[in-house]
Amino acid sequence: MPAYFLLGAAFGAVLLEAEVISWFRIQEMFRFGSFHMYGIIASAIIVAGTSLEIIGRLRLRGPDGTPLGLAPKQLGSGLRYVAGGTLFGIGWALTGACPGPLVALVGAGVPVMLVAIASALVGTWTYGYLRPRLPH
Amino acid sequence: MPHPLPWYIAGLLIGLIVPALLLLGNKPFGISSNFRHICAATAPCGIEFFRHDWKRSGLWNLTFLAGVCAGAAIAAWVAPPAPIHLSPRVVADLQAAGVHDFTGLVPREIFSWSGLLTLRGLVAIVVGGFLVGFGTAYAGGCTSGHAIAGLADRQLASLIAVCGFFAGGLFASYLLLPLLV
Repeated sequence: MPAYFLLGAAFGAVLLEAEVISWFRIQEMFRFGSFHMYGIIASAIIVAGTSLEIIGRLRLRGPDGTPLGLAPKQLGSGLRYVAGGTLFGIGWALTGACPGPLVALVGAGVPVMLVAIASALVGTWTYGYLRPRLPH
Repeated sequence: MPHPLPWYIAGLLIGLIVPALLLLGNKPFGISSNFRHICAATAPCGIEFFRHDWKRSGLWNLTFLAGVCAGAAIAAWVAPPAPIHLSPRVVADLQAAGVHDFTGLVPREIFSWSGLLTLRGLVAIVVGGFLVGFGTAYAGGCTSGHAIAGLADRQLASLIAVCGFFAGGLFASYLLLPLLV
C-alpha cells in the first residue's frame, strides 16, 4: 500500500509542476492555444503504450499467475462512451479539472474544489441510481 | 526547477504510472473509479453499481488518490507554481468571456468560497463537478483510464470516449462559458 501512496504522490506533484491542474491550461487546450497539454497527453500515451507492448511481449505475470495488462473494455452500442464522454467533457471544461486534478487542487490550496468533488460523488451516485434505465 | 515542467518530462512520468501500477499489483491506472468506491463505502443504498467489494478492488486506488493530494500539497510547498504563461490569444478570449484574474492556478473570482456564491461559480463548481462524476461513471473512465491507459492499450471504446471528452469540452468552452459572464 505505501507504494501506491508514493506513486500517487509522484503523480500529484507532476500534475502541479506541469500546470496540468490549472484551469487556464485546460482552457488553453480546448482553445488550441498551446501544444503543452497535447504534448503531455500524447507523450504519456506513447510511453504507456510502449510499456504495455513490452509487458505483453515479455508475457509478464503477476504473483497469482495472471498476465499483466489492462482488461478490454466492453464496447456494446458505444453509446455510453459517446454520452458519458461528452457529459464528462463539459464538466472537465467547466471545472478545468478531471478527477485526479480535482483532488490535487485541494492539496495545492484550492479548498473550494472539495465542493466540486462532493458534487462529483453525487454525480456518480446518480449514475448508479439511474444505471438500469440508461442506454449503454 | 523550470516552470512549467516541460511537457515531455511530465508525459514520460505520467506514462510510466501505467506500467508501474501493473508491475506493483496488476492494477489499471484510472482515477474516476474512486468516486464509485467512495459511494460504495458511504452510501451504497442497495444500488447494484455500488455493491462491489470496494475494499478489495479499490483500497489501493483510494490510497493512490490520497497520495495525489499529498504529492500536490508537498510540491506546492517545495516548488510553488509560478504565474502561468498563457498564449496571448487565449488570455484575450478568456477576458472576453469575463475572466480577469490570471494570477493563480485557477481564476479565484470563480473558484473560491465567494465565487461559489455567484451563478458562474455555482455552475463551474457544482454543475461541472456533477458532470465530472456522472460522465466518468457513465463512460467508465476519465482522462487517466480512457485518454492515457485506454488509448495506450488501443481500445476502441476509449477512443470514442476521448472524442466525447473533446466534443463536450469544446461545447462548454466556446458556448457555455461565455454565457456565464
